Amino acid sequence: MKIHEYQAKAILSRYGVSVPAGIACFSVEEAVLAAEKLGGDKWAVKAQIYAGGRGKAGGVKLAKSIAEVRQFAETILFAPLVTPQTGPQGQVVRRLYVEQGVVVSHEYYVALVVDRASQCVSLIASDAGGVDIEQVADSTPEKIHKIQIDPLEGLILQDAAQVVRQINLPESCQGEAASMLRALYQAFDENDASLLEINPLIVTPDNHLIALDAKMNFDDNALFRHPEIAALRDPDEDDPLEVEAARHGLSYIPLDGDIACLVNGAGLAMATMDIIKIYGGNPANFLDVGGGATVEKVIEAFKLMLENSGLRAILINIFGGIMRCDVIAEGVVSAAREVKLTVPLIVRLEGTNVELGKKILADSGLTIISASNMADAARKAVDAAAQHRSGTATATGGL
Amino acid sequence: MTILIDRHTRVITQGITGKTGQLHTRQCRDYAYGRDCFVAGVNPKKAGEDFEGIPVFATVEEAKRMTGATVSVIYVPPAYAAAAIDEAVEAGLDLVICITEGIPVRDMLRTRARMRGKRTLLIGPNCPGIITPGDLKIGIMPGAIHQQGRVGVVSRSGTLTYEAVAQLSELGVGQSTCVGIGGDPINGLKHIDILKLFNEDSETDAVLMVGEIGGTDEEECARWVKDHMKKPVVGFIAGTTAPPGKRMGHAGAIVAGGKGTAQKKIEVMEACGIRVTRNPAEMGKLLKTVI
Repeated sequence: MKIHEYQAKAILSRYGVSVPAGIACFSVEEAVLAAEKLGGDKWAVKAQIYAGGRGKAGGVKLAKSIAEVRQFAETILFAPLVTPQTGPQGQVVRRLYVEQGVVVSHEYYVALVVDRASQCVSLIASDAGGVDIEQVADSTPEKIHKIQIDPLEGLILQDAAQVVRQINLPESCQGEAASMLRALYQAFDENDASLLEINPLIVTPDNHLIALDAKMNFDDNALFRHPEIAALRDPDEDDPLEVEAARHGLSYIPLDGDIACLVNGAGLAMATMDIIKIYGGNPANFLDVGGGATVEKVIEAFKLMLENSGLRAILINIFGGIMRCDVIAEGVVSAAREVKLTVPLIVRLEGTNVELGKKILADSGLTIISASNMADAARKAVDAAAQHRSGTATATGGL
Repeated sequence: MTILIDRHTRVITQGITGKTGQLHTRQCRDYAYGRDCFVAGVNPKKAGEDFEGIPVFATVEEAKRMTGATVSVIYVPPAYAAAAIDEAVEAGLDLVICITEGIPVRDMLRTRARMRGKRTLLIGPNCPGIITPGDLKIGIMPGAIHQQGRVGVVSRSGTLTYEAVAQLSELGVGQSTCVGIGGDPINGLKHIDILKLFNEDSETDAVLMVGEIGGTDEEECARWVKDHMKKPVVGFIAGTTAPPGKRMGHAGAIVAGGKGTAQKKIEVMEACGIRVTRNPAEMGKLLKTVI
């Protein structure tokens, strides 16, 4: 789960990490009032969306007067912001963060991530902050410093101090920096974060450290013990269909193809997308109904798939383990009746109670194209989608 | 013997009194030599009772001491599953198979750190388990699709493993042992560890390795195969069509920061002499060409 910059900064400041004074705003008027309340002579007006790359996309502006704060707020708020991470349609900005401007002497990069290979949290730091760290890693890997943190010991002072020296922080703030790194790790660990990124971490001309930006992601599996973080979820930022799917215990990701697929198990669901592509089609989604799907879940899954107006076919690929084929078959029959299916339905069932499942489908009277294996299913789905497409075209031509 | 488990293995079920634990213990017991193998359950609140004749003990340590079991399988809910692994490790079991899905990463990081230097091996979490066809099934896979034979199977996924196994059995290619290592980012044995075991196993002639997007375990395994593997290995990687930045169901299945793509994995595997099919319907067929 992701949260906004201002929310991440609120969490970090509770751990003693210095952040600029700032106020989250939901309207232009609030932004102006916030700048007045913060005082000073310059302010950062920052779009609050989950996607990165906001600065380059024009979502972060430095205002030198209250009039400019108003002007920037009017431009940014309620307009779509297009960054490399939002996709071409962009993400509409619904929240702003107005911060007191700070003077930057140097920019650094600090991040904490879960490192799968070493099975530790890694602390990554660089004195090349403020820019795309992937580029730094590619072009000048010697500028990236990385240490693994022992999960049982935490970030010990000695290791933190070593990293601080490696990234050449001014000597007078090295002690402060080491403490800050430990505070960041504590915030990461106690909140079950999966990513914490400060880019940039800045040093001011009087050698103080400030986290100028902050990004935090959290482990979805741990949200049950952090209701206060789960409550920060911004529904405007998530795909409404993904949210709806999650509410029913389904894992759903819309894609841009026209053959929907409903599968049990994430690996098989990905493989089903892959095989649709191999036979010349395009998958419309990733959809894993999980191991314990009920008839109701299957109906919800159908509703999600049918939200796609460009749909040409639905492919169901079930390998029953815990999931019984008869349960899926009953779900498919109920769903097909309830949602009035207008696109071809291709079903491949295998595994637990497969014969019973096939019988339920056969006895239902529904028009179902049954497939004997994965390749057969993909081939039939691609063919059916193509025919459905030309059929639709003919119908439109006749109008 | 085959790898990790066989008919002589004695198993403790942690979480035997829950709905999931009961369902799968029954099915595992009905498979091959399961009746001899599932000898104990653990639940501190129900110690002294039994589950359909299987005695329930208060702790793993006690269950091990009373029955001589050396392996445990875990169906405990996610919030308590890492602690269940810890308990099995502390009791000095040889192998722990954790089926539970949804364990917080932070818990697994600590559990894995505590396991350093200990003898216990871990399979999972978030995995279907292990089966040695004709001998013993420990986990949630459908037993009937398996066939006794000499091909090893290792995979990060559940149902995709079943798909692979069914293709093999359909072609008359039996399996020595099938291992689901699980879809979580922080887990126990990885592809490379299982391949090492298959390499030394006199009852395995070839290996089918099924991977997916996310992480670099398949690449690491492939490099090891190139230098050390004495038996043919073929593979499939799921997620060629997966968009970056999206978690595809499994916590560990995500292409992030340009890392973990299917293309890269396939490239490395092929460069290391592992034949890889792009078509998930042809995993069995490809394996058959190398034996």
